[in-house]
Amino acid sequence: MNSARRTGDRHALRDYALFAAFVAPNLLLLLLFVYRPLVQGVWLSFFSWDLISPDWEWVGLDNYREYLTDSASHYILRNTLIFSVGTVIGSMSLGLGLALLLNLPLRGREVVRTILFTPYVISGAAIGVVWLFIFDPRLGLLAALLAKVGLPSPDWFNDPNWAMPMVIIAYVWKNLGYTVVVFLAGLQSIPGDLYEAARVDGAGSWSRLRHVTLPMLSPVTLFLLVTNTLSSVQAFDMIRVMTQGGPLEATKTMNYQLYEEGFVRFHVGTASTIATLLFLLLLATTLLQLRTMERRVHYS
Amino acid sequence: MSAQAETVAPPRAPAQTDAIVAPMRMSVGALLAYLVLGVAVLIIAVPLVWMVLGSFKTRAEILTVPIRWLPASVGPANYLTAWHDAPFDRFYLNSLLVTTLGGGLKVVNGVLTAYALVFLRFPKKSLVFYAVLGALMVSAQITLIPNYVFVANLGWIDTYAGLIVPSAATAIGTFMFRQHFLTIPREVIEAARMDGVGHVGLLWRVILPMSRPTLVTFSLLAAVWEWNDFLWPLLVTNSLTMRTLPIGLTYLRSTEGATNWGAVMAGTVLVVLPVLVFFLWAQRHIVSGIMSGSVKG
Repeated sequence: MNSARRTGDRHALRDYALFAAFVAPNLLLLLLFVYRPLVQGVWLSFFSWDLISPDWEWVGLDNYREYLTDSASHYILRNTLIFSVGTVIGSMSLGLGLALLLNLPLRGREVVRTILFTPYVISGAAIGVVWLFIFDPRLGLLAALLAKVGLPSPDWFNDPNWAMPMVIIAYVWKNLGYTVVVFLAGLQSIPGDLYEAARVDGAGSWSRLRHVTLPMLSPVTLFLLVTNTLSSVQAFDMIRVMTQGGPLEATKTMNYQLYEEGFVRFHVGTASTIATLLFLLLLATTLLQLRTMERRVHYS
Repeated sequence: MSAQAETVAPPRAPAQTDAIVAPMRMSVGALLAYLVLGVAVLIIAVPLVWMVLGSFKTRAEILTVPIRWLPASVGPANYLTAWHDAPFDRFYLNSLLVTTLGGGLKVVNGVLTAYALVFLRFPKKSLVFYAVLGALMVSAQITLIPNYVFVANLGWIDTYAGLIVPSAATAIGTFMFRQHFLTIPREVIEAARMDGVGHVGLLWRVILPMSRPTLVTFSLLAAVWEWNDFLWPLLVTNSLTMRTLPIGLTYLRSTEGATNWGAVMAGTVLVVLPVLVFFLWAQRHIVSGIMSGSVKG
């Protein structure tokens, strides 16, 4: 009995050692490149620093006060909001419509699904370049198509009112497939007998959509709302390639501003302030989702 | 971004069968559905087709009004220009290294951590799980500047280490593999343990072969993320020969000026083509990974 316990201990110790060895690289990297910079990133927002000089100057909450009272940053907040709301509403509404169609027993729907999903795996930089070619007001495809119906092309590149719609269109084009596929998974997980029951009750297809499909889809809708918001707030490569935040800052979002303040103007304090605010915003969104999900799990 | 494995239940439930109930109405409905889906497919496909066509057009053909859809001839001229004006061989080498090494390390880290969390004993190991899970809540923006400063202090600017190491850990991968390992029946593990198989043998000969779908899906997703990654490679490299393809493409565009779209489209095809072929070959696994709902790249 004694010896059995001893071999048990030895096994346990071997387990401990192996556990440590297996987990160490991943955990160490997460500590070094996620948790450590998280703390330092927030810490830096209380300083004024130019990324190079050895001295960090403590400024307390000045960065926050300046950022939140500056009218330029209000404009950028507005841009961030327009971009996020525009891309999220665009992806969600088009995505739901297409997913509903793809859920019908149609021939070739798998092929359609694959095609719609394709842009999602392509580099945002490449897609940005392709859309610049299409949007080019002088020799682009879109200008030619508009000319066919007698419309002049907007000056997408230089008109502050048209640059944002341009980026939103290109972004929705790239990411729509993700939303379609997740909505489709949600639709396919709705039990068929619910529709059967609704049909027995004499519900038409519209009423089934309203009273069965949409309510059953609400967890997926919330999930997509959150993930789409998170990724659109963090959009960078397409904005960088297509407009660099211009013209006249019309497409500059908080995330793009962070990059500029940090790595173009070397205002590390300001950039860290923006980063901290973004972090809190994204964290709140994620936690909100986790909470609602928990409630849903308790339900069922 | 976040960990929502349970939000979307797996597919394979019966689909709606309106067609059988109302064949007449459905045929009109189906026609409409096909029409809308056809338009959607066109809107997605035309820009990509336009890119490929553009990569074969001469400058004159691109400047022609009204537009010409097809190039007069299909030749490699624009590709040669692009390759001459920007070092695409280096871009390819760098992107391949970053994708295979970076993606590979993510897979290894995810598998090992998940194995330890599920099959090995350790005091308070749930703390390790929460530490990994917590990393999912930390968005890349807040870590950007400190990581840049840290990597610069290590002397890793413009090196492969700087490109690869900071993103070699994976929280989402750990989470995905853990979810899958938890579904492997205990009896299988115990039977192998009875036969005297050690943990390494168990992982290599039992667990991994039983995890092929998750392994394939996560490897593909990790590869696509690494290939397309933009901001970090933009910051951490500064010499042209260390750039990856997406950054190299923006360089090509800046050297070609505003009108030489043919060469720029050729460069774009060079960036897009490998991932496109890869995706069409493996799309089933990638789409099913997204459909299982746990991943948002």
